[in-house]
Amino acid sequence: MPRWGMVIDLDKCFACQSCTAACRMENNTPVAGPNQAAAGRAILWNEVLPFIEGEYPNVQAVMLPRPCMHCDEPACIKVCPVQATYKDEEGLVLIDYQRCIGCRMCTVACPYSVRYFNWYPPEWPASLKQHLNPDPEVAPRPAGVVEKCTFCVQRLRKARQTAEAQGRPFQATDYIPACVQTCTGHARYFGDLDDPNSLVAKLSHSPRAYRLQEELGTQPKVFYLKQG
Amino acid sequence: MQLKNENEALILAPLKKLSTGDKLLWSFLGGLLLLGLIAYIRQLVLGLGVTGMNRPVYWGVYITNFVFFIGLAHSGTFISAILRVAGQSWRAPLTRAAEAITLFSLPFGAAAILADMGRPDRIFNILFFGRYQSPLLWDFTAVGLYFLSSVIFMYFSLLPDIALVRDRLKGQIPQWRQRMYEILALGWSGRPEQFRRLEKVLDGMAIFMTMLVVTVHTVVSWVFGMTLQPGWHTALIGPFFLLGAILSGTAAVVIVLALLRRVYGLQKSLPLSLFNSLRKLLITFTLGWLYMMIAEYLTGSYGNMVEEMRVIQDKFSGQYALMFWGMAILVFGVPLLIFILRGKNSIGWMVAASVMINIGMWLERYIVIVPTEVSPRLFYELAQGVYRPTWTEMVMTVSFFAGMALLYAVFTRLFPIIPIWETAQNLHALSIPQANQVASEEPAVELSGD
Repeated sequence: MPRWGMVIDLDKCFACQSCTAACRMENNTPVAGPNQAAAGRAILWNEVLPFIEGEYPNVQAVMLPRPCMHCDEPACIKVCPVQATYKDEEGLVLIDYQRCIGCRMCTVACPYSVRYFNWYPPEWPASLKQHLNPDPEVAPRPAGVVEKCTFCVQRLRKARQTAEAQGRPFQATDYIPACVQTCTGHARYFGDLDDPNSLVAKLSHSPRAYRLQEELGTQPKVFYLKQG
Repeated sequence: MQLKNENEALILAPLKKLSTGDKLLWSFLGGLLLLGLIAYIRQLVLGLGVTGMNRPVYWGVYITNFVFFIGLAHSGTFISAILRVAGQSWRAPLTRAAEAITLFSLPFGAAAILADMGRPDRIFNILFFGRYQSPLLWDFTAVGLYFLSSVIFMYFSLLPDIALVRDRLKGQIPQWRQRMYEILALGWSGRPEQFRRLEKVLDGMAIFMTMLVVTVHTVVSWVFGMTLQPGWHTALIGPFFLLGAILSGTAAVVIVLALLRRVYGLQKSLPLSLFNSLRKLLITFTLGWLYMMIAEYLTGSYGNMVEEMRVIQDKFSGQYALMFWGMAILVFGVPLLIFILRGKNSIGWMVAASVMINIGMWLERYIVIVPTEVSPRLFYELAQGVYRPTWTEMVMTVSFFAGMALLYAVFTRLFPIIPIWETAQNLHALSIPQANQVASEEPAVELSGD
């Protein structure tokens, strides 16, 4: 059973935001509009956070792409009163949108703020609406539930189906999330952390590798390779 | 033997007739409640976006209200259960008035949660899929159990009085009310055995309720305390919430008692000495609150951890400074001075201080919840969250208070708000008949000294 994980090389990332855009198209996240976005209502499963350190002229900017960390010890799952959010056998932290009661305890508990709430029914400008991903697994979520990055779990299912149709065994390399596929600088790597020969497993042991807020004991499965 | 209470006529007077003032008050409060309902329906239709909540401030005024109303509910149980266990007999006249606060504030605590839910239509998922790892389910259980046992406790202690109303007000009240009392009295006839059993049940329940009251507000705080967020993740949050709850609840009792005394002319049944006893309790609680406050913030700021300091500085000198220090003055500073210097034998001052405490405690709940969310762990370096409550949230808050006041006002016109049987002069003789019989059968030589 694979244990999916991601590695993001901050040296290669140049904050083009194509991951954010690809994620939006793949996962049908609604468009909040400028006013709502300014009020903190934008839904961005993937976000590029600008950490600016130091003062002019000694400034260092770290652009930190932030998907869901898919923690092995997720703070969000513990607090859900109805088990609407859960970790599957392959380590993906997912949400059952039909069960979520919208209490937002998980959004409050997540130390990485990766969880988003649907304050309004989802909306798109007409031109975007024609291009929604038709996959039923990413059908727009109703108002009042929480959503977040799933590592494009629908692509995992499709990869398995394709492998089956071609009559060959499924391989970990068959499946990559949209942000990894689209990354302009090839800064993102994705794969099975439990396979010692996989690229992500090797990179996750790099001396440059670190994880966000490791001290909290959440065991995130997204690794960053330090910039500089 | 019949209950003898010299204030009986006085206590029963409000039950006999509705005044125009009542009707005006009820329709005013009902109107406010209706307004809240309209705001809620609008929010249901449009989505929770009509509130000021956002990312990262996922919880706002609704959750503040939830914590506040559950806190207010601690008044009744404290007065009637904890003081009963402690054998404080002075509490008798004010037990029901306090219990009624419990009973009528709990539903609005629950309503605040419902208002905050993104999908209230899925509320029953909590029954179908509930899992006890979540602090929210601890909450649902504790608050539900608390409400249930408060209803039972209050109903039991009402039984003798319902029977008394049934017997004494026959012919003076409408037929439907007479029927209601007959059914509710469960055939209570006031036999000594009944009183003895009632006291036994109430004593037993009081112990259970005492445990429950400690549990409930601790569990409420754990919704915050169990997360890893700065400012919430402290072991003190439970006791701190509990003490705050008892403080605001007891202060609410003072306000309600003063109103009842004034409106229904119950000066004889609610003597000044009650307020003086409550004053002593309140002084203890305000000092206890100060102790918690210092323990909490000294530990936090001395540790000087980055995320914690961000929240603490926001409260001490940042955007929440005005609210924070205002809260400290309202809950602790001014009320303590009033209690010590002016409170004795002065109901007016006591009420003023109690109102301040309750405004301050509402602010305290807000100040615990929002500043932490504004500076979440990952973002505090980037930018701060902003939270401005919208009119929807304000209207709902007002309607919660109006609803509670309405239920209370109606209750005082239907049931005696002062327990007639518990304040009866001959209750002792009624409830321990065996002891009396034994005493009268034996040559009462040695007992006469008692």
